[in-house]
Amino acid sequence: MTALWSTPLPGLLVTVLAYLLFGHLQGKLDGHALANPVAWSIVALVAFVKLTGVTYATYFSSAHFLHFLLGPATVALAIPLARELPRLRVLALPITAGLVAGNLTAILSAIFLGKVLGANAAVTLSLAPKSVTTPIAMGISDKIGGAPSLTAVFVIATGVIGAMLGPLVLTRMRALDPAVRGTAMGVGCHGLGTARIYQESSEAGAFSGLAMGLSGLLTSLFLPFLVRLLGLR
Amino acid sequence: MFAGIAILLACQAVGQWLAAALHIAVPGPVLGMALLAAVLAVARRIPAGLAQVADGLLKAMPLFFIPAGVGVLVLSDTLRDAWLPITVALLVSTLLAIMATALVMRMALRMVARRSKDAQ
Repeated sequence: MTALWSTPLPGLLVTVLAYLLFGHLQGKLDGHALANPVAWSIVALVAFVKLTGVTYATYFSSAHFLHFLLGPATVALAIPLARELPRLRVLALPITAGLVAGNLTAILSAIFLGKVLGANAAVTLSLAPKSVTTPIAMGISDKIGGAPSLTAVFVIATGVIGAMLGPLVLTRMRALDPAVRGTAMGVGCHGLGTARIYQESSEAGAFSGLAMGLSGLLTSLFLPFLVRLLGLR
Repeated sequence: MFAGIAILLACQAVGQWLAAALHIAVPGPVLGMALLAAVLAVARRIPAGLAQVADGLLKAMPLFFIPAGVGVLVLSDTLRDAWLPITVALLVSTLLAIMATALVMRMALRMVARRSKDAQ
């Protein structure tokens, strides 16, 4: 059993099986957003890892190849992006406006809610960069006095929440333009939001990938400054 | 198809090298994406093999987030202590950010459309 877990076989197998199962289930439920296969796979695998007594480190190193593929998949967002370039030029101003508004809202509302609801300073500062992609968020968290490992979990949770509820909220507010939907998802919930909205259309996926990259940049510039301005450090 | 895989990996490698060399916080793959998009824009064409690999990877992308997501279980103690503020802040703040982006971008789109109509 231990010998098997030192190979990629069990980690890859249980992860792909969970994703297949919950993807199938979501299909049976007419694609209901709350049946999000990523969220339920995580829940199921947490239970699996706890019940079988395998440590998280063992599971993660066994499933590491899937985690690695996040890299090339992120680079691959360049292809839909290149297809949308003509439209991108026209939309430069609206995208910039949306990016700035969304980034400020993500940061300030997280800090405000953390404070008001009584989270301590370390938790609040770890919440602040939650909307940007994991490596950037962890770097920022470290810089402003948060806990990077805590931030990593908040980032994923943000992605799951956004992927589940974001498209519903956008439809409810009649934001139907793929450029708007994509940008909003990229700003609010980074790569998981991008992966989710790419399932809707590659056009929305392109804008989401772009917005994800730019908001990582913007938040790493904004956030340390805002934290000092608000006297949190 | 293999050329497509090689191109994606090469762009990621260059991105990672750039991020390290320039001491910037942006992840290598995000820089690789920007680099590849710039090259494709200049070349004005997308090789079929590359498009095929990219499409396959992007369709499967949600799956790649799962191993990192299972990491929640490591932090169960902190999460137990402050679960309420954390849950509310994550839920509300994420949805607010999505709504604010969409609202402001839509307003700016309308402004731009109105201005170009006036100019005609």
